[in-house]
Amino acid sequence: MLDDKDRIFTNIYGLDDPGLSGAQRRGDWDATKKLLDLGRDKIIETVKASGLRGRGGAGFSTGMKWSFMPKEVGERPHYLVINADEGEPGTCKDREIMRHDPHKLIEGALIASFAMGAHAAYCYIRGEFFREAEALERAAQEAYDSGLIGDNACGAGYKFDFYVHRGMGAYICGEESALIESLEGKKGQPRMKPPFPANVGLYGCPTTVNNVESIAVVPDIMRRGADWFAGIGRPNNQGTKLFNISGHVNQPCTVEEEMGIPLKELIEKHAGGVRGGWDNLLAIIPGGASVPLLPKSLCDDVLMDFDALREVQSGLGTAAVMVMDTSTDLVRAITRLSAFYKHESCGQCTPCREGTGWMWRMMERIAVGDAEISEIDTLEEVTRQVEGHTICALGDAAAWPIQGLIRHFRADMEKKITDAKAGSPQVDNPRAA
Amino acid sequence: MVKMTIDGNEVEVDAGMTVLQACEQVGIEIPRFCYHERLSVAGNCRMCLVSMERAPKPVASCGMPVGEGMVITTNSPEVQQMRKNVMEFLLINHPLDCPICDQGGECDLQDQAVGYGLDRSRYKENKRAVKDKYMGPLIGTIMTRCIHCTRCIRFASEIAGVPDLGATGRGEHMEVGTYVEKALNSELSGNLIDLCPVGALTSAPYAFNARPWELKKTESIDVTDAVGSNIRIDARGPEVKRILPRLNEDVNEEWISDKARFSCDGLKRQRLDTPYVRHNGKLQPATWPEAFDAISGRLKTLKGGQIAAIAGDLADCEAMTALKDLMGALGSNNIDCRQDEVKLDPSVRASYLFNSTISGIDHADAIVIIGANPRREAAVLNARIRKRFVRGGVSIAVIGEQADLTYSYAHLGEGASALQELAAGKGAFASALKNASHPMLILGGGSLTGEDGGAILALAREVTEKFKMINSSQNWNGFNVLHTAASRVGGLDLGFVPADDGRDTAAILAGAGAGDVKAVYLLGADEIDTSALGDAFVIYQGHHGDAGAHRADVILPGSAYTEKNATYVNTEGRVQRTRRAIFPPGEAREDWTIIRALSEALGHTLPYNTLNEVRGRMVDINDLFMNSDGPVPASWGEFGEKGDVSDVPFRSPIDNFYMTDPISRASVTMARCADEFLAPSEGKTGTDG
Repeated sequence: MLDDKDRIFTNIYGLDDPGLSGAQRRGDWDATKKLLDLGRDKIIETVKASGLRGRGGAGFSTGMKWSFMPKEVGERPHYLVINADEGEPGTCKDREIMRHDPHKLIEGALIASFAMGAHAAYCYIRGEFFREAEALERAAQEAYDSGLIGDNACGAGYKFDFYVHRGMGAYICGEESALIESLEGKKGQPRMKPPFPANVGLYGCPTTVNNVESIAVVPDIMRRGADWFAGIGRPNNQGTKLFNISGHVNQPCTVEEEMGIPLKELIEKHAGGVRGGWDNLLAIIPGGASVPLLPKSLCDDVLMDFDALREVQSGLGTAAVMVMDTSTDLVRAITRLSAFYKHESCGQCTPCREGTGWMWRMMERIAVGDAEISEIDTLEEVTRQVEGHTICALGDAAAWPIQGLIRHFRADMEKKITDAKAGSPQVDNPRAA
Repeated sequence: MVKMTIDGNEVEVDAGMTVLQACEQVGIEIPRFCYHERLSVAGNCRMCLVSMERAPKPVASCGMPVGEGMVITTNSPEVQQMRKNVMEFLLINHPLDCPICDQGGECDLQDQAVGYGLDRSRYKENKRAVKDKYMGPLIGTIMTRCIHCTRCIRFASEIAGVPDLGATGRGEHMEVGTYVEKALNSELSGNLIDLCPVGALTSAPYAFNARPWELKKTESIDVTDAVGSNIRIDARGPEVKRILPRLNEDVNEEWISDKARFSCDGLKRQRLDTPYVRHNGKLQPATWPEAFDAISGRLKTLKGGQIAAIAGDLADCEAMTALKDLMGALGSNNIDCRQDEVKLDPSVRASYLFNSTISGIDHADAIVIIGANPRREAAVLNARIRKRFVRGGVSIAVIGEQADLTYSYAHLGEGASALQELAAGKGAFASALKNASHPMLILGGGSLTGEDGGAILALAREVTEKFKMINSSQNWNGFNVLHTAASRVGGLDLGFVPADDGRDTAAILAGAGAGDVKAVYLLGADEIDTSALGDAFVIYQGHHGDAGAHRADVILPGSAYTEKNATYVNTEGRVQRTRRAIFPPGEAREDWTIIRALSEALGHTLPYNTLNEVRGRMVDINDLFMNSDGPVPASWGEFGEKGDVSDVPFRSPIDNFYMTDPISRASVTMARCADEFLAPSEGKTGTDG
């Protein structure tokens, strides 16, 4: 359980003033110049030592990522790109930061950009986040007006510009290279790697793409020190994290907690428990739509961090916890996710373009029992054919939920089919067109 | 060099290669659909996946650069399975309409499916159908067959320089198209058909015409412009079914222009398939002896100086050699191969060649284009300039009409005054030229056809010398003439120009009008003003009933370039040969044999009976014809005339790219293109077409 004193996002519920004066009252922008004066290497070192892992889902060490940028700025300028295209189903953490604590993000952007030699940061914000974009732009204007960013940011003699760019609401534009393409004005499609963005990124220049939350926690790490942050949570899974709890709980919420908090404790403490009690729980998707679900038996004592969830063949992802109680038709639920991935696949590479549609159609049929039992195996094989063979991770994300379903709830799928064959009443067959 | 292991064998490859290229170098073929060596890497088909040691996932070999110590496996069961998997995905939504698909028999997907396809489908859902897109009269689309490799998109935006093609929609709704319903306006659009690995983009004129295995393939040379693109003629029976590009890195890489590709339907229309003789003002079919009798009857009454000959733009070197010899035997010096009256002469060979060579464009770092529109005059060469432009580090300027050349350039002016300023070293571009290591000047034939053509040529030489465009230590000559006629350089090399007091084209026409020239032999010359020929006796030898044939008194039916073994010299001075793919229709004959036969009828039998003997004669005239290994550097000299220049804006000789010669003027496809791309469509009514 996180102590109040260790909380980073002290205005996550918007109870206080999100503007500059409120932010400064809460400690933001306090002697930022001193932080910059530490120098580039020291900042990167501190972030590395804090054990901060990227909060966008993949969990790659943020400090490490920064250190991949060229040490010296050559002919090509460096860029920081902030991924605010928060589209993962169930996730609503970056939104809260931009609404209620935008100055943490802007201050973090300044420190991160300084550490990487970037003079400009682009914040690519999801198109639907209209008010959030307004809030962020308002905050950026305040920061410009008070000289915190601009030609002489915080009086440190460093030029820093902060741009807000609104996307058009495509999920794939949250993938870092697709985001860069979109930012350049092209069709949002992931790029091949290598080259990695740290070498060839935005406009062909060295670029680092970070999640909003990863950037927003940086000022506090710098102020309170790497040890403080690293002291929270478990080794290799350190710090605090915003969890989003939705679904069949009594009080859905976004809450900052320490990494590695038991899933059960998280739900019981902050979300008012599962609807109808813990025993009414069927399954939980612990990290946004892309990760495999966990049956109740695993939920009982699993810890909420990268490594613990990986051990149970799931993932922390964006820490968007979706709770499903026993009233849920899990096959239908996962079918809905398949429809989402089919809809959001960019269509560039073969396995994802063709596979997501195929998987969805099979799921649709299985959900109404219009299938053979052997097709569950075919479906499983198709997910394996997609997984790992695509340009970006959307293929994996489309495959994993189905794999999770087959792994833990194959019996449910088979029952659908056998019931249909036995003539049990079924809904009309909405066989996929 | 980088050491790596491929399938257990240690190999050394160049750093900077991709894994796919490295595999190819050691003879391992990696299946692919989207990868194309001349286009940017997309990596989207996923067919080329290989396993790499220490990589968590398989890698797309087309985009993975080689690295020291890399261990690649391409032949494991896992890799085979990956290919089968990708193949299955590609096929689930691909229609099984191979029997009615024009790509059948030369389809990458079909070929790979033999190796990696399953024998039955596990896909039980409905297949996707995609609405066909309109891409103009050349490209037929069946978009349901599209496998989204995006080669066409990359070709259009990277090589052709028309960013009109793109993908719309996401996921399985992604469609390749032109965004808005419009034809793809590029002179190179036909290459999309070759690039498309499946039957989504096919040749519209060739639709349902033939199967690849029925076609006789003949390697030949294109004559629709002066580039001399290397082509393959596919014929079935007496018909040329289609024309495809052939690889030649130094000339056309692997592209050809739409005119080269699609004008071949003109070979079947308006053909002269029998001799004609004019009786009482009407042309009537005749036999060869009758035609020869009519000619000798007329010519016998004339002195040499009263006879003249003009060679047209498609004339081959063998025919020009024979005609030159015949005219010499008749005592006439009135011969000219420059029917557009361009002020170039054979005295200094470097003065009429594209000296830098086409592949030399790749090295240029400053290019000034004078009085030419390379996009219309030599589309493939223009693509080469664009390729250089895309690589960066080149500055380009244009003096002449301000057209969309698919790359950006500085426009220095419309006419000769801009050239004078450049010669005086004025302007920003002059300093760019001065600082360039490989400066290049491209002079269009269109700027040299006026009265002041000789003076402009001299001015161009002045610019060339002033900016030190000739650097013998680097083997670089930056002076280039861009011709539009396939016959032109060959004609100049053979000296098919008036000797001594002979008449040139203008003088021949003036003489014919005044009655001094009483007989004119037109060797496929259709682009002259035939109304200026007055009462002269006109012999027309050619293959199409075009302008020259309409004016003729005797027509001798010749062969088109697809029907003869003939020599052409391209604008670089590269000697290349066409090969006979089909026989000429009816009574038509190979051109040099007609002149050889006529010489006998005229009592001046030419001393050669075989093609080799004619070619021997060509070598006698100019030993350059011995050389078929590419252009020989020509030595520099004095050329051009001193004189005043007028400031009339330079105009490209070609307004209508699609109709420049008798073949393309007879082509229905080219007429459709001209209608689509050139005619203002708003004035049309429902009864048009």
